[in-house]
Amino acid sequence: MASEAPTTTEYIQHHLQNLVFGKLPVGFERDSSSEALTSDAWVLAENQVEVAEMGLWAIHLDSIVWSIGLGAIFCWIFRSAALKATVGTPSGLVNFIEMIIEFIDASVKDSFHGKNRMVAPLGLTVFVWIFLMNLMDLIPVDLIPEMLTYVGVKYQKIVPSTDPNVTMGMALSVFCLMLFYSLKLKGIDFLKELTLHPFEPPKKGWAVIFAPLLILVNFFMEFVSLLAKPFSLGLRLFGNMYAGEMIFILIATMLAGSAGAGYLGGIQGSSTEANFVVWIPIFALTIAILSLNLKGKISTKNTVLAVASLLLFGGGIFALGGGAIQWAWAVFHILVVTLQAYIFMVLTVVYVSMAHETH
Amino acid sequence: MEELAAAIMLGLGAVGGAIGMGLMGGKFLEGIARQPELAPMLQGRMFLLVGLIDAIPIIAVGMAMLLLFTGG
Repeated sequence: MASEAPTTTEYIQHHLQNLVFGKLPVGFERDSSSEALTSDAWVLAENQVEVAEMGLWAIHLDSIVWSIGLGAIFCWIFRSAALKATVGTPSGLVNFIEMIIEFIDASVKDSFHGKNRMVAPLGLTVFVWIFLMNLMDLIPVDLIPEMLTYVGVKYQKIVPSTDPNVTMGMALSVFCLMLFYSLKLKGIDFLKELTLHPFEPPKKGWAVIFAPLLILVNFFMEFVSLLAKPFSLGLRLFGNMYAGEMIFILIATMLAGSAGAGYLGGIQGSSTEANFVVWIPIFALTIAILSLNLKGKISTKNTVLAVASLLLFGGGIFALGGGAIQWAWAVFHILVVTLQAYIFMVLTVVYVSMAHETH
Repeated sequence: MEELAAAIMLGLGAVGGAIGMGLMGGKFLEGIARQPELAPMLQGRMFLLVGLIDAIPIIAVGMAMLLLFTGG
């Protein structure tokens, strides 16, 4: 991707591709070497053909590294706040963390009425972790992937929650918790719930012959609604973040028509080298002129003229336009980011709470 | 064909989302007007439902854009 300009389609597909680590079968011919593989090889995929060849036995390295890294950051921040907590007036960070914990506590108390010491920490973890993962969406789309291409990493998706594997994995964990608590607290009653509801089978009289049929119908309906819960939970988060990411990428392709627009906008229509070679000096010059103006060395009128001509010259005006739209979408996206984390948390708590309730 | 599909996805998603949001917002205001003291509780639940209603239209937007700009 570094030497020639990608088309819009290529650009979008490049951005929607995870960094895949997987197994290539023996005899596969890679683009990077002239000979076919002599044995099975575990490698990083270099293009979409290789990704397709790897099939199921592949790991999305970027999702794993980013999500675990963010989880570690979450734990580290909360631990350092917990160590600093005192009975006196809390400082800035501790105050903020206490606010989050109180917020989660109130939400959990609102929707969970059983007795379980794990639900509130679960809610806190789910909320903060998903929030941090979603927050990666607000980093300019090209910034980190572009930088990583210079150290040889070809693909990078920095938002783990735009990877269905991550969101469905979390939903699956919630599903396992639901099943665990249902079986633990209700035992055989859980099976009754699945089969004797909503049509209660008759227990006596001639109608009893319809009971197996009704049980079957009940089981089918309840089972589908049971499976639909984790499925919709994971898909909702994925869909929202994927759509948001998609719109960021599209804005990047839209206004980045000329060289130098790459940094804020995207790389469409210009090579990546040109982006950095053109945009960074322009950026540096702009800063230099502005700082000279602040020191009173040159007049404001000349500053405006110089900066405007610099921006126009480098196509930076496109980048600024693209950047402005990116920024506007990012501001709207903050709502989505927080809301989706909150919804995932509340629904997790509600589902676990339903596992606790007996009828 | 892709344009048409994207238009239908966007349009129907917007219609559904708008009806849902309208109904919910109206009921929310009604509820507050009757019992202003419940406003904070209702607001939290309303935002939860905003997210639930919002999900399908926004997924449709993403899919439609993908279809439109990459041709499926």
